[in-house]
Amino acid sequence: MANDTQQVLTAHTGQPAVFEEARDPVTRRAFIKSVIATGAVASTGGLMLTGLSGCSDDATPAAGSVERLVTLNINGKSRPVDVLPNESLAMTLRYKLGLTGTKLACDRGECGACTVLIDDVTHNSCSTLTHSVRGREVTTVEGLEQPDGALHPVQQAMIDELGPQCGFCTPGQVMSGVALLKNNPSPTREEVREGMAGNLCRCGAYDHYLNSIMRAARVS
Amino acid sequence: MAFKHIGKNFTPPDVRAKVTGKAKYSEDFRAEGMLFVKLLLSPMPHAIVRNLDASEALKMDGVIDVLTADDVTNIPEPQMPILTNHPKYVGDPILAIAATSEQVAADALEKITIEYEPRPFVIDPLKSLYPGGPDVHDSGNVALFRGKAESYKWTARDFATAGDDELPRGKPQGEWERGDVDAGFANAALVLDETFVVAGHPHQSMEPRSSFAYWENGKCYLHASSQSHTFNVPDYAKYCGIETEDLILIAEYCGGGFGSKGTAYPIATIPAHMSKKVGRPCMMRVTRAEEYFLGSRRNGFQGNVKLGFSEEGRLIAADIYVVQQSGSNDSFPDYANAGEALSLVYTPEAMRWKGIPIATNTPPTGAQRGPGQNQLACVMEPLMDKAAKTLGVDRLAIRELNAPTDGTTFGGRDNTLSSAFLKEAMSQGAERFNWEEKKNESGQRKGSKVVGIGVGQAFHPGGSSGFDGLVRIAPSGKVHIHTGVGNLGTYSYASTSRVSAEVLGCSWENCVIERGDTRRHLPWNLGQFGSNTSYTMSRTNYAGAMDAKMKLLEIAAMDLGGAVDDYDVGDDKVFSIADPEKNLTFAQAAQRAIELGGKFSGEEMDEDMHAITKASVTAMAGTGLIGAAKDKYPSNGLPPALATAFIKIELDVETGKYEVLEYVGTADCGTVVHPQGLEHQIRGGGVMGIGMAGLERIVYDPQNGLPANIGFHQAKPPSYLDVPAEMDVGYVDLPDPTNPVGARGIGEPLMGCAGAALLSAISDALGGVYFNRTPVVPDMIINALADRPQSYKTLEVSSQ
Repeated sequence: MANDTQQVLTAHTGQPAVFEEARDPVTRRAFIKSVIATGAVASTGGLMLTGLSGCSDDATPAAGSVERLVTLNINGKSRPVDVLPNESLAMTLRYKLGLTGTKLACDRGECGACTVLIDDVTHNSCSTLTHSVRGREVTTVEGLEQPDGALHPVQQAMIDELGPQCGFCTPGQVMSGVALLKNNPSPTREEVREGMAGNLCRCGAYDHYLNSIMRAARVS
Repeated sequence: MAFKHIGKNFTPPDVRAKVTGKAKYSEDFRAEGMLFVKLLLSPMPHAIVRNLDASEALKMDGVIDVLTADDVTNIPEPQMPILTNHPKYVGDPILAIAATSEQVAADALEKITIEYEPRPFVIDPLKSLYPGGPDVHDSGNVALFRGKAESYKWTARDFATAGDDELPRGKPQGEWERGDVDAGFANAALVLDETFVVAGHPHQSMEPRSSFAYWENGKCYLHASSQSHTFNVPDYAKYCGIETEDLILIAEYCGGGFGSKGTAYPIATIPAHMSKKVGRPCMMRVTRAEEYFLGSRRNGFQGNVKLGFSEEGRLIAADIYVVQQSGSNDSFPDYANAGEALSLVYTPEAMRWKGIPIATNTPPTGAQRGPGQNQLACVMEPLMDKAAKTLGVDRLAIRELNAPTDGTTFGGRDNTLSSAFLKEAMSQGAERFNWEEKKNESGQRKGSKVVGIGVGQAFHPGGSSGFDGLVRIAPSGKVHIHTGVGNLGTYSYASTSRVSAEVLGCSWENCVIERGDTRRHLPWNLGQFGSNTSYTMSRTNYAGAMDAKMKLLEIAAMDLGGAVDDYDVGDDKVFSIADPEKNLTFAQAAQRAIELGGKFSGEEMDEDMHAITKASVTAMAGTGLIGAAKDKYPSNGLPPALATAFIKIELDVETGKYEVLEYVGTADCGTVVHPQGLEHQIRGGGVMGIGMAGLERIVYDPQNGLPANIGFHQAKPPSYLDVPAEMDVGYVDLPDPTNPVGARGIGEPLMGCAGAALLSAISDALGGVYFNRTPVVPDMIINALADRPQSYKTLEVSSQ
């Protein structure tokens, strides 16, 4: 392997001399040095990024992990489900219980798109282990609509005020709004702004979401 | 013209599903036997893959197969590949692996061995232009949009002449000139000569571009996150290696795009290729970090602009040179758009534009909301303030003096405008903001807080023409409006569909919008990008509905007697003008169209429509009254989208931080089609502009080519707390003469004017410090206040 490395690098020493005279040749030399230092020429594999909360319908368990059957309380219903030890609530909801209203946008607790209520308190379901919610009440966006189709006041207000744009952050915004009004039924606009601050929206629909929550507070 | 639907609010048909969680985005679909696909990404900024060994990975339980560049459609450089053996940035996808679970796929990636041969890389465009500097592509460093790459090198003399703090100006890729620029500068009372940098920044759509695909009976079913629909079908089919008619594209919802999902992007077809290879459905979940590599970003600028003003503040001459940091793919022409925007918004009597896009070993770039125009706004608006203050002219007056009007010509080819009401937008904004009083607050100090008052303007082309409209009146009497434009989240797919209802005089409740799935027989429409939808699709839908209306009138004249002119449409009927009791319901007319056949029910159609539209018409032939026509209405000049913004900030001189206290955005977009949707755009554009001006930039380690910010926390899209709790909006609402309902587009400049206004306000609060750099971040402000040198070199990019 050392020989291979040498050959590869040799191929790059034949730069035109004029390059060496250019204003800042450090970059190229520093790069090659860093390659030698880290042995990256014969790198194994690629860039490794975020952790995974992987699972699937017909999961072949990864080495050392075994699914366990647990019973969860989701939207008032008892839901038995096989869960890996490292499985996030968002993945269980989305890939095992068919509740795809909960969105994954960052998978690391930065954006609030996966917000659900656990015992009426907002949580980022991407960063909550499913095993930790046994015996607790989980509410997702799918749990807000009444059987007769009546929407939660926050949802209805979001239709009336045209709260969403693209809609991807909307379920998280809805859940944060619902939790906020449970704790503070008559908030000021500033309190709603502070309370919703954990939910990012790239479309910048913040003003419209604030209007929606304020309207929901008025009518409920 | 009094409208029944245009200019009125309504509940768009997709909003309920968004608030209930029932709206299905690409990652929300499932299929029996679905596999998970994970990508192996390049750890190096530039390399050649010499040897790739996946044998150990393939032995693992649950691993099904791998896919490499050799297995997929070859897309020649400089365009983005699907997978590559020549990675050009850290994060470039080299290989995909399919497994029964995502965890297994991720574990298997670690078993893959790849030998990389590193190549010289470049982050700063100017370093690629050095004599002997590295080229990203085999064939060069200047890669034109959808074109080939060529190598451009400037001379050592070009660099030596400029020195460290000035833009070297070697041979450009493009240039034009209008009027006598040099004479203009000679006659100017004030000349500004400024070097500038605008950072590239990622699109950061909330929905990562996950995609899902499977094959059935020779057809590929692709769920891709897409702003546009029909427009992207031919390219996606090409990337899949199949005929257009064999691709079913499902894209009913798109979780944000901002230009990054406007056209087809090759990596969306990775699961399609994998699925074809393994015979099972494949889901590729793209992570947030991956989205920073695959999700596109705005092109960065290094440049110089020279501006010559008369004593009154009229811009006599302008000379701009833009070097564009283009990333690792073919370059969207931001650098050219910036020149056009300068010429249009400030109407200099003489002007020269030069520009060159340079490929760098950073992720692919593309159009982001106002590509070029919004960078230009961030460069120019603070300089208009500087000129105004130096000349002792009011900041609004100097903008008004230079603003375009209907008769303005611009650019290198004396282009014209269909109409322009920028002055009206600005005076409306000034009134809403109370500029006359508020400008006196400039520089007022309370404790450590100082007030800054800012104003900004921006432009983007606002429409196109020549696409096909399609409606079907079913025997039930329902009007089905087929739209292939896509659903970016602006609701304009729906508001422009109401033009069809307007033409047909029918109730909105009687209309059904058919969209989001190729199987719904969609017409050939332009994509949902470039602020074009309100203009283009209102023309298009007008054309399709007019064709249906003519057929309704003909059927009525045929069956009820008299001439076509004796009839009109309204209340879901075609009726005799003289005797409204003499009428056919839409249901009756549709039944008659089926009986009559031929052109009435789609068995015959205009030949000048696109093949995709014709296929859709043929598929529906005989099922109702078909209205289908190409938009051939006359055009007269470019329909502009124009916007202005006013901002008040309080800047803390101890921390360099500021709060945006007040925001007013106003739009000139012709006739307003959908007020609520427009207000959303004005405010949302304002939020993105505040991010562009003060928060967002790509940052790279210049030593190793590694990205420093690939998470929301570091890349900083604005949150609720970065923008005012209430943002005021206004609009001119004057019709454009070249659109049947008077509409023009608007989405993009609403961001640029906001970013420019924030920069204007920061400079104002600092008593006239002009950074010539976007974004302006607190440490720059603190350095300026303390009279310390900045931590970056004048032309430095991506590394601070």
